[in-house]
Amino acid sequence: MTKAAGHHPTELDVVLARHGRDRLRLVQILREAQEIEGWIPPETVAAIARALDIGVGEVESTLEFYSFFYRRPRGAYVVLFSDNITDRMLGNRSIFDHLARRFGVRRGEVSSDGLVSLDYCSCTGLCDQGPAILVNGVAIPKMTLARADQIHDLIRSKVPITAWPKEFFQIDHNIRRADMLLGSPFVPGSALKAAIAMGPEAFLVEVKRSNLRGRGGAGFTTGVKWEAAKKAQGDERFIVCNADEGEPGTFKDRVLMQYYPERVIEGMALAGFVTGARSGLIYLRGEYLYLKTPLEEKFAELRAGRLLGRNILGVEGFDFDVEIHMGAGAYICGEETALIESLEGKAGRPRIRPPFPVVCGYKNKPTVVNNVETLCKVTEIALQGGATYEGYGTKQSTGTKILSVSGDVERPGIYEFPFGVRVNQVLDEAGARNPKAVQISGASGACLGIREFGRRVAFEDVPTAGAFMVFGEDRDMFEVARNFAHFFAHESCGFCTPCRVGTAIQAKLMDKIANGHGTQYEMAELTHLREVMRAGSHCGLGQTAGAAIADTIGKFREDYEKRLAHKDFEPAFDLDAALARARSVSGRDDAASHILDHA
Amino acid sequence: MFHVAPTTRKRKVRIATTSLSGCFGCHMSLLDIDERLLALAEIAEFDRSPITDIKHCGPCDIAIVEGGVCNAENVHVLRELRANAKVLVALGACAVNGGLPAQRNHVDVGECLARVYTHRSEGQAGAVPNDPELPLLLDKVHPINEVVRVDYFVPGCPPSGDAIWKYLTDLIDGRIPRLEHPMLHFD
Amino acid sequence: MTDFETFLLDGRPVRFTRGQTILEAALAAGHYIPNLCHHPEFRPHGSCKLCTVKVNGRLGAACTVKAMPGQEVASDTPELNGTRRVLLQMLFVEGSHFCPGCEKSGACKLQALAYDLEMLTPHFEHFYPSRPIDASHPDVLIDFNRCIMCELCVRASREVDGKNVFALAGRGTASHVVINSASGKLVDTDFALSDKAAHVCPVGAILPKRVGFAVPIGERLYDVDSISTQAEKRVGEEV
Repeated sequence: MTKAAGHHPTELDVVLARHGRDRLRLVQILREAQEIEGWIPPETVAAIARALDIGVGEVESTLEFYSFFYRRPRGAYVVLFSDNITDRMLGNRSIFDHLARRFGVRRGEVSSDGLVSLDYCSCTGLCDQGPAILVNGVAIPKMTLARADQIHDLIRSKVPITAWPKEFFQIDHNIRRADMLLGSPFVPGSALKAAIAMGPEAFLVEVKRSNLRGRGGAGFTTGVKWEAAKKAQGDERFIVCNADEGEPGTFKDRVLMQYYPERVIEGMALAGFVTGARSGLIYLRGEYLYLKTPLEEKFAELRAGRLLGRNILGVEGFDFDVEIHMGAGAYICGEETALIESLEGKAGRPRIRPPFPVVCGYKNKPTVVNNVETLCKVTEIALQGGATYEGYGTKQSTGTKILSVSGDVERPGIYEFPFGVRVNQVLDEAGARNPKAVQISGASGACLGIREFGRRVAFEDVPTAGAFMVFGEDRDMFEVARNFAHFFAHESCGFCTPCRVGTAIQAKLMDKIANGHGTQYEMAELTHLREVMRAGSHCGLGQTAGAAIADTIGKFREDYEKRLAHKDFEPAFDLDAALARARSVSGRDDAASHILDHA
Repeated sequence: MFHVAPTTRKRKVRIATTSLSGCFGCHMSLLDIDERLLALAEIAEFDRSPITDIKHCGPCDIAIVEGGVCNAENVHVLRELRANAKVLVALGACAVNGGLPAQRNHVDVGECLARVYTHRSEGQAGAVPNDPELPLLLDKVHPINEVVRVDYFVPGCPPSGDAIWKYLTDLIDGRIPRLEHPMLHFD
Repeated sequence: MTDFETFLLDGRPVRFTRGQTILEAALAAGHYIPNLCHHPEFRPHGSCKLCTVKVNGRLGAACTVKAMPGQEVASDTPELNGTRRVLLQMLFVEGSHFCPGCEKSGACKLQALAYDLEMLTPHFEHFYPSRPIDASHPDVLIDFNRCIMCELCVRASREVDGKNVFALAGRGTASHVVINSASGKLVDTDFALSDKAAHVCPVGAILPKRVGFAVPIGERLYDVDSISTQAEKRVGEEV
């Protein structure tokens, strides 16, 4: 055994040994290695590179890609504020500022005593109970100024998080409307028994008959995907559960994994049963760390009940087991090929497709990537048959869909509706307060105005992965779009030119408008950029990164117009501020040392 | 966008030129149109320009700007030209993308000034000059299109006399000006 | 019956063999499609997106889409060339591309494409990156401010040189090439001037030392024939 260098060689050795010094497990190794000191010092990078027999640069490539990996020291308590637009609407900024003041620390910095660091992060999937924060990776919902003060005191007193009041960490399911899936009892093993009774071929026929389409947003037919993976060449196959629920405003997968884990896991086993895959991987987003242990306990329980492991339910040769891979803060990993790259321990940059994962996925083997909700749905099909879906939902979008409703509503939370439900009905049931807009399917989705509230949630009309963010009449849709613009600039993987550069320019232009320096010129620029990003981007992130801006310019132009300077042109930068440095070193403050007008 | 339409050619086209943070190389290149200068003089007259030594610009048809925006004075001059010209042309690499002066942009301007004026050897340590007559430096050098609206761009360091002539005559004759290989170059 | 199959590129039939991408087939037939991260000796990368074309009405990178019989491919259209010009402008403002001071000028693919697509201005606000230069190696200099993230050096070092000297790290606009040594410096790797990776950079980011401006202006790679003209003259070669 090679001895790893670094401050804590033994602890790192344990981590490396646990993962068999496997390069494919680099993301997991880095996650655990970071727990040793709260960050990853250069010696640890070097030690990991040596142990895995790869270059330092390759370790850095993965390390620098993920938001939750740190190359510089962090506070003993890392406090991250979820910064989705719904968190903003619930006042996260003032709570952040309050806490920053109390700790005397600025955004992105570590307090001088090394106790705490404070920053924002992308949506943590607690939009129905925000504002939310993560403390050392663990989620705390429903933040208030009072709770911030309590947290301040706990941190000052160096109380370990495990000893913090349990109610801080209480995450509610907020299930407001249950239908086919959420409202039916489920006996673990029942779906497997039904499928085994049918046999894999017949069960696949049922899945196809149901016309079940992927609930992650793209809507690919599940049965077709399974069949393709089953038929693909390969000595090994994999079932991946995409639990990287990073789309701002979406949180239904969190509820399914917390309250319906048997359905999720059994759905994976069913996929294994049909395709012949023996390994299942749950790619769990880093923000959902608190779900890891309960899920693993559930695995153990299911193994004990012969619902996972070898010879499931006594069927000779039906072997299937599951493990969790944690993400580390990268929205792009929700894209299935980026997710697979991440599973393989690399930066999450989307692959070129084709080949598609069903042919060449994890470890270049046939791989089915299904959304959490999709996997729950297949348990229904096993129990009730594919024909049950006929007449449920619409012809092209069968069955029910779970919506994550947040924003300006009386009852935020989880709503299960048959596909085809009109936007209006969802708004009514959730108690929307004078809604002026709904952002459907998250930052990358569509923004609907009042005149479109009669449209239907369905693949053929308004498709959605589940997010349903409601904005009341007083909300400023420019700020909504600006929030999303910064989200995309932060989350762009950087692989392709249009997305890497385009999202950054887009965010700058939105800031320019926000600062009162925008003109019609910037409006035209945004519209043009959107077209280039949509036309040229490698994956859905870049292709949709300008959608919210285009939608809001089209439907809520007044929210932009009121900010525009009524001029032909405004400089790209603040001219007077650009003189500040020279003013300060020369000690000048005369009239000629300023450019105050904007002629 | 304005073109100098042939029908307006009853009077001469009025042209202003200036060099902001540039080296006057583009102006030299303008003179490189050689004998065509005579043809240009037939149809054009010059407002503010190093050629005329007029200090402030009046209303004109075309303003040609060499150099990037490096200091407060550059901003004022550029704005004066923009306010007076129907058509503003960025001439040369510095005006188009900052050029050589913009290579200082990764250096902190405060440290740079301090290094030059206060850390001198042999006991000559002085202070950063604070005379209001001196144009104050911007923290970065910018191409002119980041400060005013620019209608046309002629890249090159410098653009050749031929390229300038082609572009100018296209403009004056009301054609959409175009530069193609091999006249279009960035160096 | 013929051994060849064809697709249509801007209305002209292009012969191809199965397995070729649209870009490979087009270039082999002497039809130029702008491209930057493509290199005939390496697998498609598909990151620069300069070769974006419309295949049967759907947009895609010509370097990654396989040629298929009967495809109708649009490439040389005002719309697509407009998109390409914007992509070039994005690359120009993202890095620091001061052509008059760059030894690669005249032989730079980014610059040649900008000429070919008549890009007269970088248009967007410049990012002015401040990335450190690596001059540690005795024979080769790296100016990361000129890097366009095409990963050709990464690929060449891994696949041809067998050395794995480079990797792409970071995310979004913080993406950058890192060097595989503990110090992060090129001198501490086994990189050599004779490596493929030392000569594959399409821009002036990786340059041999002491040979700057060796070819006089007027005789450089793209001074006489433009990049598209050269491609069109190179019919049948492997390009």
